[in-house]
Amino acid sequence: MKAIVTVVGKDKKGIIAKVSDVLYRSDVNIVDISQTIMQDMFTMIMMVEMDDTNASVTDIDKKLAAVEKEMGLKIHVQREEIFSSMHRI
Amino acid sequence: MINPFEIMETINMIDRENLDIRTITMGISLKSCADPDIDRLCEKIYHKITNYARDLVKTGEDIEKQFGIPIINKRISVTPVASLVDALDTPTVDKCVRIAKTLDRAAKDVGVNFLGGYTALVHKGYTNGERVLIDSIPEALAQTDLVCSSVNIGSTRAGINMDAVKQMGEIIKKAALLTSKTQGFACAKLVIFCNAVEDNPFMAGAFLGDGEGECVINVGVSGPGVVKCALEKVKGKDFGIVADTVKKTAFKITRMGQLVAQEASRRLGVPFGIVDLSLAPTPAVGDSVAYILEEMGLEKCGTHGTTAALALLNDAVKKGGVMASSYVGGLSGAFIPVSEDAGMIAAAECGALTLEKLEAMTCVCSVGLDMIVIPGDTSASTVSAIIADEAAIGMINQKTTAVRVIPAPGAAVGDTVEFGGLLGTGPVMPVKPYSSEEFIARGGRIPAPINSLKN
Repeated sequence: MKAIVTVVGKDKKGIIAKVSDVLYRSDVNIVDISQTIMQDMFTMIMMVEMDDTNASVTDIDKKLAAVEKEMGLKIHVQREEIFSSMHRI
Repeated sequence: MINPFEIMETINMIDRENLDIRTITMGISLKSCADPDIDRLCEKIYHKITNYARDLVKTGEDIEKQFGIPIINKRISVTPVASLVDALDTPTVDKCVRIAKTLDRAAKDVGVNFLGGYTALVHKGYTNGERVLIDSIPEALAQTDLVCSSVNIGSTRAGINMDAVKQMGEIIKKAALLTSKTQGFACAKLVIFCNAVEDNPFMAGAFLGDGEGECVINVGVSGPGVVKCALEKVKGKDFGIVADTVKKTAFKITRMGQLVAQEASRRLGVPFGIVDLSLAPTPAVGDSVAYILEEMGLEKCGTHGTTAALALLNDAVKKGGVMASSYVGGLSGAFIPVSEDAGMIAAAECGALTLEKLEAMTCVCSVGLDMIVIPGDTSASTVSAIIADEAAIGMINQKTTAVRVIPAPGAAVGDTVEFGGLLGTGPVMPVKPYSSEEFIARGGRIPAPINSLKN
């Protein structure tokens, strides 16, 4: 099962490191990363694969909430289907 | 990978533009519960609902967390209760109220927001059970919290049952008086329909119709805020572009509904019924159907041009949504509940939006005169006449229309009534001071219109 992790906020050191550390510790594999500046905000989007992990999307979301708070970011973890169903026929 | 801009568009719709799934509604047939003994009937009803719906709320919450899309309500609709009352040994109002309390207890125990189906379908005539059930509606609504009631009093095929119209005026007044402490809150849980649909997931009018199966999942989407934001980007453009923008947005909104419906159906092991493509507003600022109409260029919702704007909106929502879902049904159209829509409230308060204009608007959209507070001293016959007018629109135009008005005890024009939560705040709107008493007193049936004879 694939999920999308989106990180939006002010650019600063260590965002990728901290987010990927949580994912690594949870046995979640990062398949793709893109980052860009949208409306003056740092926006990072990761596609992750969750086949090897015992953690659920909700568990990962909870773990990332700590990073979200610490670094003043907005982080979402959502199953990939919500995006593909909205934007692809 | 999906384009980052598309991903952020979805996230913005949810975070900033109030995109949500308004309701996952599980329809449960109670036909198998019919019993002449009231004790056994109540036991069977409680057992069936709590058994079928035990995982409904948790499943909804899991989907919400995993997909990151809010699902505001989890609800239940059941077989019209009047058919169970008909099967009772000697139906009485007290027995009906016991059934309502059982439904309320079951709804609370499984954790849903509302349960609909305290319903009678009397568009052509009454059975004995239906008559008793309708008599019991004020007590049943006053003594329960989550039970919603509806009565179908007309249809294109049958005409309008004016005896029922007359009675419903009196029932609404009685329900308001029994709940005068909450300014007639019981009336917010009671809808009078013409051409009621069998698979509506929205309250207060949801029930599981006769042609439906044992158990089904129906989903209602929302998203007026998303449509409004999309229209902000095409300011001043012609109506072709406006319609196209609404269509594209409705498509995206509906895809969310379809995804959630399929997922809920799979996880609960219950067949997927329909997605209802209604634009349902909430009192939250930015989640208003009135603001969409104003975004099209109207100074205030209710001014000249409002009906045309609503017609375009309603049609474009359907055209966009129908391609996005495998089964579309329910009411499917823009809702215009006054107290639940920040823009409608403002328009009614400043006098731009009147009952007459709302009536015109209901000719081109789903569903009817919805969540309108009228003065507490409005007579039962005037309430009946309002119902008759609205039913006539539905009957002739072969569409669903409904009336959910609250004659708030003690309230007069200029007052505001607070219902709280999704039901919002209603300014008291004036009704005509002239009597319809003799018209309503005639009784009988308005015959089915010529356009019903299609065979």
